[in-house]
Amino acid sequence: MTIHADQSAPETAVEDQAADVRTKFGISVEDYMLPARHQIQMVNPDGTLRSHDEQGTEPGHEYPTPDDAELMAAYEQLVVGRRVNDQNSALVRQGRMAVYPSSHGQEACQVAAAMCLSEGDWLFPTYRDAVAIMTRGVDPVEVMTIFRGDWHGGYDPTEHNVGIQCTPLTTQLLHAVGVAHAAKLRGENTVVMAMCGDGATSEGDFHEALNFAAVFHLPVIFFVQNNKYAISVPLSHQSVAPSLAHKAVGYGMAGERVDGNDLVALLAVMDRAVKLAREGSGPLLIEAHTYRMQAHTNADDATRYRPDSEVAEWQAKDPLARMKSYLTDKGLLDEEASTRIAEHAETVATQLREGLGEDVPVQPLDLFKYVFAKQTPQLKEQSELLASELAREESAK
Amino acid sequence: MTVTTTLNGNVSAATASAAASAAATAEATGPQSLTMAKALNTAMADAMRADSSVLVFGEDVGMLGGVFRITDGLMAEFGEQRCFDTPLAESGIVGMAVGMAINGMRPVIEMQFDAFAYPAFEQIVSHVAKMHNRTKGKLKMPMVIRVPYAGGIGGVEHHCDSSESYYAHTAGLKVYTPATVADGYRMLREAIDSDDPVMFMEPKKLYWSKDQVDLGALRAEHDAGTSTEGRAAVARPGTDATLIAYGPSVPTALAAAAAAAEEGRSLEVIDVRTLVPFDDETVCASVRKTGRAVVIAEAHGFASVSSEIVARVQERAFHYLAAPVLRVTGFDVPFPSPKLEHYYLPSVDRILDAVDDLQWED
Repeated sequence: MTIHADQSAPETAVEDQAADVRTKFGISVEDYMLPARHQIQMVNPDGTLRSHDEQGTEPGHEYPTPDDAELMAAYEQLVVGRRVNDQNSALVRQGRMAVYPSSHGQEACQVAAAMCLSEGDWLFPTYRDAVAIMTRGVDPVEVMTIFRGDWHGGYDPTEHNVGIQCTPLTTQLLHAVGVAHAAKLRGENTVVMAMCGDGATSEGDFHEALNFAAVFHLPVIFFVQNNKYAISVPLSHQSVAPSLAHKAVGYGMAGERVDGNDLVALLAVMDRAVKLAREGSGPLLIEAHTYRMQAHTNADDATRYRPDSEVAEWQAKDPLARMKSYLTDKGLLDEEASTRIAEHAETVATQLREGLGEDVPVQPLDLFKYVFAKQTPQLKEQSELLASELAREESAK
Repeated sequence: MTVTTTLNGNVSAATASAAASAAATAEATGPQSLTMAKALNTAMADAMRADSSVLVFGEDVGMLGGVFRITDGLMAEFGEQRCFDTPLAESGIVGMAVGMAINGMRPVIEMQFDAFAYPAFEQIVSHVAKMHNRTKGKLKMPMVIRVPYAGGIGGVEHHCDSSESYYAHTAGLKVYTPATVADGYRMLREAIDSDDPVMFMEPKKLYWSKDQVDLGALRAEHDAGTSTEGRAAVARPGTDATLIAYGPSVPTALAAAAAAAEEGRSLEVIDVRTLVPFDDETVCASVRKTGRAVVIAEAHGFASVSSEIVARVQERAFHYLAAPVLRVTGFDVPFPSPKLEHYYLPSVDRILDAVDDLQWED
């Protein structure tokens, strides 16, 4: 391994960045870092394409529309993602899983976060990002292991470069920073997607991660799904910043807001962010405006803290219906394609039902097996104690 | 040796000469007088020479060489890519190290002082300690968190905590604490080699303690794969009672044993060395032999490593005991201000008093 990249921001970094931005985008560094005046939105809730002037773009904040093949592939993942969310919620009701924090309503964000990455890139998800993880290629049943209660993680993070779903808020953003830093030191061109929610932006690690990424000039995209509630607490209790994307400028990175229920705009914004990060522009902060259509989890009662009218308002902005209508009008989605995609979604749902319906016996002695790479004598002793208990139980049968 | 030209081309003459002296130490053979600080510094330098995935970072560890100079010369020798200063944020340092460990590096990070590590507690407890278990070993956490700890240096508040029990209580962390110069070298090299995360607790009052040490022999020992993990040392053999100590309390225990010897009492001193894993065998063998024991630690006694040691000894050696196992620990009060710390810290007199209380009349 050779370490050769300049890892720290030089003293002249600020002036260099300002000059780079002027050359590249013809705007001041402040205008580059501050989000555009309006969120980026390309498709209306009814599925009609917005005129270029109404998309929220500005000089230096230009976003080309993704090509048809990408849109169709993303739509397919969107349909699968919705089916996965609803299937998992059903499995919780049937007692097959302990809990499932559904991303119903946020699937466009989930799909875009995974699809904008290349194979060698990394994704660091939260507990609500199961659909993004599956979109990245991780086996759906393995993704759900954590919620079925077999173990605290179900997949090998190195197989698809996806961190384990993280429960303590924003702690995973720092892991994303470290992965990007290590890659940069080795001269690898890795981009890292770091996901969190609106409530998480109040955590200290959010600040530390963004600052570290900016100071070390690392290719990390901080992707905030602003779904308006942290369990029951609305965004207004978390932050009074003009927007969460505006926090970027304080760290010396670029921020942008995007309609989180508009898959076309999301892909456009995320693809460009990945491109910029890969080219060496440093980290970016993207805030996607979306809505958690269901309760925090099955254990939560959302009617206690938000009115039905608000939910209905967001129902009309549903990412799936919008994309379906847009692609149909564009002549890309016909009956045949719809059927094929629905079948794909059903296959995944069946896989989940069968996989999670199966009772895989747990291995009690695994409790001791993975605590350390090199086991301690104390754990060996405790493992033997449990083994003898199990043997006694077995012989008493 | 090549001094890597840094980004700004401003490696100071002082840092370059520090690197040159580090290299000179590295080349010396035969016994030489060395401080614990230098032994730790040499261990990191040797590990960085041996493996380019070993990185050193933290607050002030670069140009300054650390507030205790433990990382002196490393940036000059290995460049700003491998030894560097971070923004002032401990959770950030540990969290970034977790990501680096996920992606093939072996970070050796410094928490400037014991109590300054508390902002990183969540990363340490929720991720450093649990990542290997959570992923069934798919992700290893080969990282070392160096913590200068404990008192005896007249430090102000937040600079003298004995925080080892927090880490020892957390499943998934190994906790090492050297008490001798030679162990400073050998245990830090072993910690860096380890695929498990190691909380490396450095007794800061021993940084300037000196000993005759043969680095060549220690290097050969390392290369031969000799391990001290889970192996306590008999720091002084004896027959009448056992003093069980670790880190900063070992020299105090040895001084107490020397004083007791003058009064005709032979005390064995055990240096625990690694709190996790704990060497039940060596500790209990000594207690079975002597029949009496005192555990000595600077940390508060309540719910601590010292209470764990007492519990383990009585579980395993009860029938050999001629007296209850006693403890000499810090009182259960916040670590005192400089003018009061000597009332708090375990002292030779307090240890000898405890030894006197081991029911000799029976």
